[in-house]
Amino acid sequence: MEQRLSNTWRMTINEKKFIKTSLLADLRVDGRRPFDYRRLIIKFGSEDGSSEVQLGQTHVMGVVTSQLVQPYRDRPNEGTLSIYTEFSPMADPSFEAGRPGESAVELGRIIDRGLRESMAVDTESLCVVTGKLVWSIRIDIHILDNGGNLVDAANIAALAALSTFRRPECTLGGEDGQELIVHPPEVREPVPLIIHHLPIAVTFGFIGEENIVVIDPTYFEEAVMGGSMTATLNTNGDVCAIQKAGGVGVLPSVIMQCLRLASVKAGDITNIIKNAVKSFNTERSLRKIKRHNSSVIDVSETAQKVDVKFSTNHVNRLKLSEDSRVAQGNGMEVDGQISQKEGTSKRDSSAKSFIGGPSSWDPHSKGIDPDALRASFASRVVLAPTEKLEDSKVDEPTDIEPNQPIVDDNSYISPKEATNTKSKTNEEKTLIDAIKPKHRRRRKASSQH
Amino acid sequence: MEFVSPEGLRLDGRRPMEMRQLRAKIGAVDKAHGSAYFEMGNTKVIAAVYGPREVQNRSQQLNDQALVRCEYTMANFSTGDRRRKPKGDRRSTEISLVIRQTMEACIMTHLMPRSQIDIFVQVLQADGGTRSACINAATLALADAGIPMHDLVTSCSAGYLNSTPLLDLNYVEDSAGGPDVTVGILPKSTKVTLLQMDSKLPMDIFENVMQLATEGCKAVANYIREVLLEKTKERQKFHGV
Repeated sequence: MEQRLSNTWRMTINEKKFIKTSLLADLRVDGRRPFDYRRLIIKFGSEDGSSEVQLGQTHVMGVVTSQLVQPYRDRPNEGTLSIYTEFSPMADPSFEAGRPGESAVELGRIIDRGLRESMAVDTESLCVVTGKLVWSIRIDIHILDNGGNLVDAANIAALAALSTFRRPECTLGGEDGQELIVHPPEVREPVPLIIHHLPIAVTFGFIGEENIVVIDPTYFEEAVMGGSMTATLNTNGDVCAIQKAGGVGVLPSVIMQCLRLASVKAGDITNIIKNAVKSFNTERSLRKIKRHNSSVIDVSETAQKVDVKFSTNHVNRLKLSEDSRVAQGNGMEVDGQISQKEGTSKRDSSAKSFIGGPSSWDPHSKGIDPDALRASFASRVVLAPTEKLEDSKVDEPTDIEPNQPIVDDNSYISPKEATNTKSKTNEEKTLIDAIKPKHRRRRKASSQH
Repeated sequence: MEFVSPEGLRLDGRRPMEMRQLRAKIGAVDKAHGSAYFEMGNTKVIAAVYGPREVQNRSQQLNDQALVRCEYTMANFSTGDRRRKPKGDRRSTEISLVIRQTMEACIMTHLMPRSQIDIFVQVLQADGGTRSACINAATLALADAGIPMHDLVTSCSAGYLNSTPLLDLNYVEDSAGGPDVTVGILPKSTKVTLLQMDSKLPMDIFENVMQLATEGCKAVANYIREVLLEKTKERQKFHGV
């Protein structure tokens, strides 16, 4: 509460009056009609599980990370989901650094209630060992710019980040079948979360004595309004949460009307999120092709992966064809290596690739471009902790993951398209790239369990 | 778990549309300008109001209206498992905010510019519906302090378990994971000022549950009026008018 008034910008009486009188004529300061939503743009970072939402002037970032923890004693077979909000003074001078203020707590609680109490995320599937290990999913919400209606934007950011998030796959193995193996993303495709439905928050502002209702209030309208209501609904027409914390009184009939309106808006927003996630997923699978190219170990992992590798190499070759002949030589070399490996048994090949035999790369060859070399080094470093797990993994039957066909589909794309996406992923750096990926480090630590 | 028996009785023997017993007492804290004690079944809360008084922190002073502050705390012994809760955890911060904004809407703050009103609510025993009980107690305390208000805000919760709408949930019903709708109304105009809900509920059922909670609020409002009237008569007698 102390933060509430200390640093706030106060609107002049004239401005307030202007907004109120123009609303009586169904006009809003930004040219919208009372029940129009602002333009919603959803962007994703290069990492899985990060999103950036732009709702008009409002800018919110959501990042999802996971960690293996011990479950709560009263719920031994359920993973946990927690939401943390960060209101940076950069976004609004009235936000103070340090402890989360009242508005930050309220925002977190609204989103938390919408997501958790309505069981939007399947927490039971996050259980690894009952009573011992579960995945703890953490959603961090950063407000980058406050242009009004933070709740809706933050909620969308959380949903978008959750729907693109993938946790590393883990299995139980070892001699006694109790050892936990966390597979790095290079070895096994990380698994997405199970999300039953998307609870969408829609905020209404009530302005003036006449109780004019506006949807998605802006920063200026928030300064004028006497109260607001956030309704969280999904596309099935269920109400997942409502928050109307005091403020002006509203007739129950108006509330029901708002709910019906919110349900329509929730449908629209769900479509936007789903489309954004879909295009992210296709782009992601395209990017994966590139990743396989640089890591040699994947070549020998499964027959299918070899197949993918083949086609990517093909794409790669075509792409590089206008480059120097040296680069082409490189492609040929990898090609030869694949055909050689195809003959050997799987166990053999994985062992060989593991040692990192001469077939993986040739340091003396002049034909290798520095990028590929660096990538192959990087892949080796990342994979180092899995060494001790390797023997148990070899005996396991190779399961073909449901995600695999997607990759297959995309391998048919024309070389031109492939180069396009490659350059796009390189260029398009968002704010999310500036953040150090936390969960990678955690995953390594947790693999020692 | 069965929350409504085939005979139509709830776990504590109430009917689905029945409220818990209400008890209220005005004047629980001697030092405060206004105070009240409110009971809803086994939920017991105490509220104290200080003000209108000078603003303690000058930077917070408002020149056109009174500053309302609220603090909600739960006693360590109020719940079944006795545990020290950190002051200012997320839940109590949110409830403080909700109570403050609800009371702010009914206090005529424009009559007391450059002053401050403090509301303190303390939960002595928690058995579900602490939010509602606190709002009711705060209303009584504000009325006792003689602070001008548009209306008496009252609050009540309702839920939906075993496909039956239930009025005024207790702790067991509240923690069952079903929907919980807390409504606060201004009884004269039946306008809804506070509305909170969690869990999932189809829209048409929600309307029914909200209606039920609103009826509960009206019952609370009648009771609160009675208590206030009684207190006034008592004072009248005391002063020999």
